Amino acid sequence: MQINNTVIIINVLAISAIGFSFYKNREKSIKALKVALMGTLNMAPAIGIILILVGLLMGFFKPELISKLLGNQSGIIGIAIASISGAILMIPSLVAFPLAASLVESGASVSVAAAFITTLTMIGFVTLPIEIKEIGKRLTFLRNGVSFIIAVSIALIMGALV
Amino acid sequence: MKKEKNSGNKQAGIDLKGNSKTGMQKQKKKKGSIIIFIGIIAAAVILLALYPENRVASFQASYDLFIEFILILPAVMVLMGLFSVWVRKETVVKYLGHASGIKGLIIALIMGMMPTGPLYIAFPMASMLLKKGARVANIIIFLSAWACIKLPQELVEIRFMGIKFMIIRLGFTIIMVIMMGLFIEKIEKLSKHHITEN
Repeated sequence: MQINNTVIIINVLAISAIGFSFYKNREKSIKALKVALMGTLNMAPAIGIILILVGLLMGFFKPELISKLLGNQSGIIGIAIASISGAILMIPSLVAFPLAASLVESGASVSVAAAFITTLTMIGFVTLPIEIKEIGKRLTFLRNGVSFIIAVSIALIMGALV
Repeated sequence: MKKEKNSGNKQAGIDLKGNSKTGMQKQKKKKGSIIIFIGIIAAAVILLALYPENRVASFQASYDLFIEFILILPAVMVLMGLFSVWVRKETVVKYLGHASGIKGLIIALIMGMMPTGPLYIAFPMASMLLKKGARVANIIIFLSAWACIKLPQELVEIRFMGIKFMIIRLGFTIIMVIMMGLFIEKIEKLSKHHITEN
């Protein structure tokens, strides 16, 4: 549902914007389309890799396996497993929150749930190829590395507070 | 005319870094990515051959994402193309550049928090803004806010995890994201100095 909305909004936006742009200035619009085409071609190999990685991850790490892994986990090891699996997996947040809630229900600590949600959203292992292509290797690794540390610290703080 | 010249200069500035490793090294880099690509495909083939029961789920997931990409990415790239042609560099510098200060940080945060699509469409935007002169801290804040501070998502979080969990996590995330942006910018600057000195 979330995806459908995104698809509609972004395509309507793009079509009306390019229409308006052509109305204003034909040459500039053609240049914009060229930039768009080059950008897409540039991204294509990274997208291929992502498609394969996501397929493998979803095929092999099913949500049931995650609940089993994290089910009654707490403490440092639990947080470690939770943050690593959160960083690797790509699950829509609408699925992630119920999953995190069920983890807590089945005995995982709040820190584990927080670590899982935070790394899941902040870090994209699978989308690394696109990120590197667009903003460069150094910024990508810095962002993901620091995010990981932050996610773990948020998890620890939350374990103490909630 | 003036704008053209500006972007030309910027291009040269970026190239200074890349120029030292054109030719051989670029080719080497390309070879490296091809090896990674083949490695991933080989790993996929082997894994799926060994565990046939996971094939359906794997193909389904790849296929779903492929469709999502096809529906979203062309539109994103067209918007980026329009942005590159119509938005002037000075505008980006004014709102997100170094002189933008706290206002810039807040703008980046709010831009990221808008209820929009998946993270991968934010990367081309980030790259475009960087090229047009946004400061690194703002771009990191924008990306991180996009990744993990989403208004609709917070509502789902309240429902499943409770309001206390949500508020504490949100509060810490916002603080940490801003600190991370400034921190990464510092490191980025230091390493750039290092490179130019050598």
